[in-house]
Parts: sequence; C-alpha cells; structure tokens
Amino acid sequence: MCQTCGCTITPENRHLVEAETTLFKGPRRQGPSTTVEVLSNLLSANDREAAHNRAHLDQHGILAINLMSSPGSGKTSLLEATIEALGDSCRIAVIEGDLATENDAARIRAKGVPAIQITTGQACHLDAHMVHGALHQLDLTAIDVLFIENVGNLVCPASFDLGHHLNVTLLSVTEGDDKPAKYPVMFRVADLVLLTKADLLDVLGDDFKVEAAIRHVRELANAAPVLTVSTRRTDGIRAFIDWIRDQRAARKSGAQQRPRIVRDELTAGRGAVAHP
Amino acid sequence: MHELAVAQGLVMEAERVAAAHRAALVERIVVRVGALSGVEPELLERAFQIARAGTCARQATLEFEGGDVEITCRSCGSHSVGVAPNRLICGTCGGWQVDVTAGEDLLLVRLELSELDAEAALETRSA
Repeated sequence: MCQTCGCTITPENRHLVEAETTLFKGPRRQGPSTTVEVLSNLLSANDREAAHNRAHLDQHGILAINLMSSPGSGKTSLLEATIEALGDSCRIAVIEGDLATENDAARIRAKGVPAIQITTGQACHLDAHMVHGALHQLDLTAIDVLFIENVGNLVCPASFDLGHHLNVTLLSVTEGDDKPAKYPVMFRVADLVLLTKADLLDVLGDDFKVEAAIRHVRELANAAPVLTVSTRRTDGIRAFIDWIRDQRAARKSGAQQRPRIVRDELTAGRGAVAHP
Repeated sequence: MHELAVAQGLVMEAERVAAAHRAALVERIVVRVGALSGVEPELLERAFQIARAGTCARQATLEFEGGDVEITCRSCGSHSVGVAPNRLICGTCGGWQVDVTAGEDLLLVRLELSELDAEAALETRSA
C-alpha cells in the first residue's frame, strides 16, 4: 500500500532528519516578532498518522479494537478465549505491544492467528507510527477484526490515537472497583469496559462491587457498556463476543466508528468533545 | 511518562508553523492542557526543555492557559466549572449525563515568532 502513497516517510520520523536543519547558528538579531493563533492539537503528527492507519483499515473493511488495561488484567487471555469463541466466523489478527519479549505474540500464534509483536523498549504506550509499521507486516486483505493489545498501562495509552475504531478498557476485579475514579482519563475514553476475572468475585466478596465499578464509570460521564467476563468459565465471555458481533454489524451497515480518543480539528477548535 | 512524546509533538507543530511563517525562532509558546487530557503540565514543561534542544524553539518559553473541566448537564441544563476530573457530576441536580465542554484539550494555542523572513535574513548575513 505505502509504496504508492509514500507514507513510509511520516511526520513522526521526518523530524529526526529535519530537526538539525532548523538549527540556526547565526548571531542573535533584534527583529520584529509576530504572534500567530494556531489551535492545533499537540499530537497532530500522531493523529495524522492515525488517520492514515484508519484509512487503510477502512479500505479493507477491518474493525480495529484497542485493548487497554493495567499489566496482568487478562488482555492476552481474553484474546485467546475470543479467538476460540469466534472460531471460523471471523478472521482475526493481533498486534501485541510490550516493553520486551515475544511471549504474548507466541501465545496468539499458538491459536493459529497472525500476531505482530511490537517491543517498545522503555516506551509506555503504542503510538500510531508503531502500529503503522506493524500494519505493513500484516495481510490486510485477510483480516476482519484486528485487536491491538496496548502496553499494560492505565495512563499513557489513553492519549494516543492509533487509527483504531473502538477502545476497550479492562479492569480485573482484583484491582478494586474504584480504578475508574483513580484513572479517569483512561476509563473516560473507553467505548466498552470489561470487568475481567469475574470468577474471582465470589472470593472477593465486598472488596469488589460491580455496581460500584459501574457507578465510577458513570461519574466520568461515560455511558459505555460495562460487561462482566471470565475466561475460566464456560461461555464466560459471551457478552464480549456479542458486543464484537454487534460492532461488526454496525460497521457493515456503514456506521462511523471512531474511538473517543479522536480529537478532530473542529472539536479541538471548539474546545469540546461531546458524548454521542 | 508520555509527556516527552507530547513535547516532541508540540515542538514539531511549532516548527511547522514557524516554517510556514518563514520565521527562524519561536520565542513563546502558549498551550492549553486540559485536566482531562491525560497530560501533566509540570511534566510537559520538563520534557519540553529536552524536546526543544536543537530546534527553532530552543529559546522558547512555554506557558499554560485554561484547562479547567467544564460540564453542561443534559437533564437540567446547568453549567458547572472547575469540576473534578474523576467526578463529572452536575453541580445542580447530581446527574451524570453531562457533556464535557472544556478540559479535554491538548492544544497549541498560539506562538510568538521572531527572526521573520529567515531566508532573507540569512542572505543579508552572508553578504
């Protein structure tokens, strides 16, 4: 794809080449100055590349879902169970983000699904440029649903549009029902919240109240569905599978799916991002 | 610590605007970082000191304006200002079905540029 559109030189990497050329070595001279009103997003370069990714995905009719959570809340286990549950009804691919190791990609490949591992080094989140590189390694003509498993982190990933369509935020029940109040930005951008490891609810008793978790999400003015899932129980992720099917159906009927994270120029200029 | 990535994005935007105005230097940068934007102004300020090195914004000051969360209630229509980011509840009726009208911005608001018409200035100097 990008041999024709020339996108391999992106705003994200171009500055590495051009930064030095702007270095002005002459003596400082007093001169006139001017003030310019800009009103552009600080992450415009990332957002442009994300829009580019989304255009590629849309062109192939792929639904891309960004999974975010703290480390160890069960993102990879959820994907393993989802691959099994969806079976042949849907062609899946996965992009895995971790600081190090191919472990998660290996687990996904063991289920017979293509997986690209992005190792970010010390970077705490995926960005559109990294995902762009991974998209080039996938056969986009053979994918219906692309899952992007972000780096386990409830802070940074919330700010970066990857070019995906929907955000799914996981909260494992052992983390406590007040996580949404502690990490408001992350839970506010969620299009779906999954309460994972629900098989542990019986053990936790009053330490995790599902209603309290839902209330904390609502207090972020987020009306997203909050579903309870368990990969340890038969049929334990059915609600999530139904949600994926609904989203695919909505996509086929031409619905415009954009994650909450997306800041377009108009809403940015107005300073408001209203809820749907 | 994604503030470094945000600071790099900020510097890139400033460079783009400066180039479009044929300015060699950015003197002052004003940003709006909302309390719901996921970016911490203090950390962004520190990251900016690193990101601006070797660019046309290398001497620029960074200023913050606004950023408070504001909501409008869908039920009773009242407007609340300075709302806590993790409790977006209507101050009047206590409802959660509200529209966030400010506080999510991550914006480059304005730039002060100098050394305008940089190419012409360069020619003068080399002459």
